[in-house]
Amino acid sequence: MESLPADPLPKWVVDDIRKMRAYPDQPPVIPHSIEGYQLSVNTNRCLSCHKREFTQGSGAPMISVTHYLTREGQMIADVSPRRYFCTACHVPQADMKPLVENLFKDMSEMGVEPAGSE
Amino acid sequence: MQWIKKLVLWAWGILTTPAATLGLGFLTLGGFVGGVIFWGAFNTALEVTNTEQFCTSCHEMKNNVYEELTRTVHFSNRSGVRASCPDCHVPHKWTDKIARKMQASKEVWGKIFGTIDTRRKFLDMRLELAQHEWARLKSNDSLECRNCHSSVAMDLSKQTTRAAEIHTRYLLSGEATCIDCHKGIAHELPNMEGVDPGWKVPPELEGQQLPQSTAIDELERLMTSYHPASHSFAK
Repeated sequence: MESLPADPLPKWVVDDIRKMRAYPDQPPVIPHSIEGYQLSVNTNRCLSCHKREFTQGSGAPMISVTHYLTREGQMIADVSPRRYFCTACHVPQADMKPLVENLFKDMSEMGVEPAGSE
Repeated sequence: MQWIKKLVLWAWGILTTPAATLGLGFLTLGGFVGGVIFWGAFNTALEVTNTEQFCTSCHEMKNNVYEELTRTVHFSNRSGVRASCPDCHVPHKWTDKIARKMQASKEVWGKIFGTIDTRRKFLDMRLELAQHEWARLKSNDSLECRNCHSSVAMDLSKQTTRAAEIHTRYLLSGEATCIDCHKGIAHELPNMEGVDPGWKVPPELEGQQLPQSTAIDELERLMTSYHPASHSFAK
């Protein structure tokens, strides 16, 4: 096995400032470090602050209500198992030059009028 | 029964009879030198049992907890400082160390009878084992953490705002100790169902301050309790 050169790992953005979502359905990104956070069948470090029961004490934003819905849309008391593994959708960010040019345009800049405004 | 009594009497006779052929100088100096050799050997042997190599000579330690440690920041990090098993699990002061070593002799029992000699057995006992360590670190105010991480030397301005705020609110006030929030810092966690997050202070401890291992915090708290006005001025 030959070793290949690699760029140093970029530093995460850890300023704790909530980032605007690029579109309404976007899973919000994590503005803090999650280095060493254990997320397994045994324990979920994220939920120890972001779960509904803990948000008042921790001051962290509550996970969205959609996370308490089962696949069939039934509301349940605890986080739905299909939403348990946070990092499947939510990730920290690094300030990097994109590898591919990004042509994304916010939909609010595309001349969309809200319903009922005509 | 008779022979035991005879043996004891014989030994007592030797101990109480003055030495007839050995000089007092030989006995005292010899005793001193012998004592030094015994003490040195005892402590050397003790230190041998206080190494990572010794701990991981059992597969129970090597394949479970040690392997998990190698993936954490306490094993490999940017500054190259590594914490080995005894740094966190054995007190550094001599009397406390001996007390801990005597407790740990139960682990020899466990090793001989194979209490956790398979992965399954280890996982089944993990919560209990973890709770022992949490209780130990809670009761000594995370002494082993503080052997390296002192709250006095902690530059809060170098931490993220969130970390600094939480440390000010809970750690510096003495409301919580390191292990309360940093469980699983060096090993994987057991099933944490029913274990409250660390920042949530249990009701029986609310409003109570933990003994701090830094005298300055303790002093500051005493001062504020006697002169509440001067403290608010200083802030």
